Amino acid sequence: AMDTDLSSQDRKDLDKFIKFFALKTVQVIVQARLGEKICTRSSSSPTGSDWFNLAIKDIPEVTHEAKKALAGQLPAVGRSMCVEISLKTSEGDSMELEIWCLEMNEKCDKEIKVSYTVYNRLSLLLKSLLAITRVTPAYRLSRKQGHEYVILYRIYFGEVQLSGLGEGFQTVRVGTVGTPVGTITLSCAYRINLAFMSTRQFERTPPIMGIIIDHFVDRPYPSSSPMHPCNYRAVEDNGAVYPSVEDSQEVCTTSFSTSPPSQCVFTVTKAHFQTPPPVVTDTLKVPVMGLAFSHQLSSSRLSYQPAALGVGSADMGYPVLFAGGLNAAHPHQLIGPGKEGGVPPVPSQPAHGTQADQERMCTPLDGVHYSAATPSSSEDTETVSNSSEGKCGSPHDLSETIFIRKVGAFVNKPINQVTMANLDIPFAMFAPKNVELEDNDPMVNPPESPETESPLQGSLHSEGSSGSSTGNTHDDFVMIDFKPAFSKDDILPMDLGTFYREFQNPPQLSSLSIDIGAQSMAEDLDSLPEKLAVHEKNVKEFDAFVETLQ
Amino acid sequence: SCPLSTRCCALSSAAPAMNCRAEVLEVSVEGRQVEEAMLAVLHTILLHRSTGKFHYKKEGTYSIGTVGTQDVDCDFIDFAYVRVSSEELDRALRKAVGEFKDALRGSGSDGMGQISLEFYQKKKSRWPFSDECILWELWTIKVNVVNLANEQERQICREKVGEKLCEKIINIVEVMNRHEYLPKMPTQSEVDNVFDTSLKDVQPYLYKISYQITDSLGTSVTTTMRRLIKDTLAL
Repeated sequence: AMDTDLSSQDRKDLDKFIKFFALKTVQVIVQARLGEKICTRSSSSPTGSDWFNLAIKDIPEVTHEAKKALAGQLPAVGRSMCVEISLKTSEGDSMELEIWCLEMNEKCDKEIKVSYTVYNRLSLLLKSLLAITRVTPAYRLSRKQGHEYVILYRIYFGEVQLSGLGEGFQTVRVGTVGTPVGTITLSCAYRINLAFMSTRQFERTPPIMGIIIDHFVDRPYPSSSPMHPCNYRAVEDNGAVYPSVEDSQEVCTTSFSTSPPSQCVFTVTKAHFQTPPPVVTDTLKVPVMGLAFSHQLSSSRLSYQPAALGVGSADMGYPVLFAGGLNAAHPHQLIGPGKEGGVPPVPSQPAHGTQADQERMCTPLDGVHYSAATPSSSEDTETVSNSSEGKCGSPHDLSETIFIRKVGAFVNKPINQVTMANLDIPFAMFAPKNVELEDNDPMVNPPESPETESPLQGSLHSEGSSGSSTGNTHDDFVMIDFKPAFSKDDILPMDLGTFYREFQNPPQLSSLSIDIGAQSMAEDLDSLPEKLAVHEKNVKEFDAFVETLQ
Repeated sequence: SCPLSTRCCALSSAAPAMNCRAEVLEVSVEGRQVEEAMLAVLHTILLHRSTGKFHYKKEGTYSIGTVGTQDVDCDFIDFAYVRVSSEELDRALRKAVGEFKDALRGSGSDGMGQISLEFYQKKKSRWPFSDECILWELWTIKVNVVNLANEQERQICREKVGEKLCEKIINIVEVMNRHEYLPKMPTQSEVDNVFDTSLKDVQPYLYKISYQITDSLGTSVTTTMRRLIKDTLAL
């Protein structure tokens, strides 16, 4: 009999696919905001555990949170699964950056084959998600997290709340997959209004305490689910170690058939494990280094005081003023002037203890200090990357000075000594006299410096970079009435390498900025008549070509 | 700085029965950005057009291996992308892109060229006819190499090209999401007509990469494009 309704087996399969698709979606999003490069291996023999034929690791805590949010339900009309990504500064202010929405609408595709087409399309959609998570502005922000801010995630289920994204947020569609029970859509709404107040204004006016900048608003909805940092290191080994996903025991052994649909074979076997084999629960390895380590980690987190971190709804810290302009395209200019300088005091209790189920604040270990470009010490510093293929994961050295809150990667100075506002800029003498502070910005550094603060570049040079050059080239010469830009001086006693690293990516010199765009546009327009003439000359050839295609 | 334009269009194919879709992407980059920009686009396309290795079992069923992925950071562009974890595939793409870059640098080029990534199926024909290659998806990436005068322009270009590549990735994903024609999953005897089974860890659809360099008159584009389409369509 022709039964156009979904068979019960198909329905069960479809529900399972949607459920695991939702879990994998969350993993991809959160892992993409860890601040680290992700790397997983291809495997030609199916292990039977890789859903959608993609090697996507399962961070247990993330799966736990996702399941908690879903509470046994599946995305349906009006019930969407949302992953909210936000930024939280060391001052305690937070801002929503993105909302990833997994939604279901009523448009059904009754004809589609569940166990084959839907499954493969969900796999394709996950690939698209992998690609898209790297192109929204929050990606670059998250790669630079650790010093002045961290990236947090929150999963909720229900109605999509986009109001926290500010005005003019943009949406990007990752994709859709039609199923017999509805169409799954995956999209991301992201904030573009990332404008912070710049140093310049900060310098000219006294700090404005008590005035709320518009996006640092109290959450209109008391968060029903707490925020979590994207990267969580379960430091206590006796603490909240999440059970491996109980349905990880449901191994996804997929078998596809090229025979006609009636013979389609799709098996999902329940494998019973006493202890999950490593291949099934590819958990995030926890760097277990004993109590001393956990204590170190707590102190490093003191930049982000537990007290300052709200539970759920963001506490209203003071408005955060950042040195340098920040917009979506230039997140690397985000530097926070600290309210306190120097080494943060060691806390009396480990920071993480107070936050067991609440705001777990863990910046990636290597996010806290990008200083050491040394190779990763051992597998207990393993990050989500788990492959020997290529250079995966950021290099970091746990024994480096974690205690000091850093502005630049290699600077051991208290933060209030090195904010740009306090600097005597080397080229100050060349700037116009009635200068705005922004005209005193240091010059642009050449981009290929290997010793760079940016983890984007740092991760590529995992073997470490050559030592910094010294700036003492002028010591042997008598300098008369001249202040060379890079020599050691008493104002900024640092060597050339440190100087470069310090002043990487500064704002542009306005005295040098000319309207490049207008110039080349003019050039393009000028050359147009010539190009048109050439094409007109060749019109016979083009026509002949078109003829040959008919 | 960088005059950048984008055009992404779907052309109807030369022979309508073939369901061939064609997409065009354009980028303007600095010379040293060519390789990374091309790799970013090609890898993103191939990420979507590669599966795990097929393992055929009895009764026409097959299982699929696992595709791993990894992040790649660009050195000369403020950009990062995801690629399939397959050194063989990466090598193949780097080789093609390297040749393209060298050709772009060569004499007779005013810095304009294009790389084509075609996905095709093989259709076995009976003797005396040779096998046909049926193109089912064609990606053309047009490249315009700009020369920049100073460091400041280069810095702007790093960021701008990064932003443009983000748009390209979104464009590519849009096309992939249309779920239009894909070759039918093949039986074991047909798998080599649909997929490239030569790699040990992943299985992309059969693809071919070619490139053309335009001279300032644009004539070489015409001749090589004609040759490209004719050859691959085996008309």
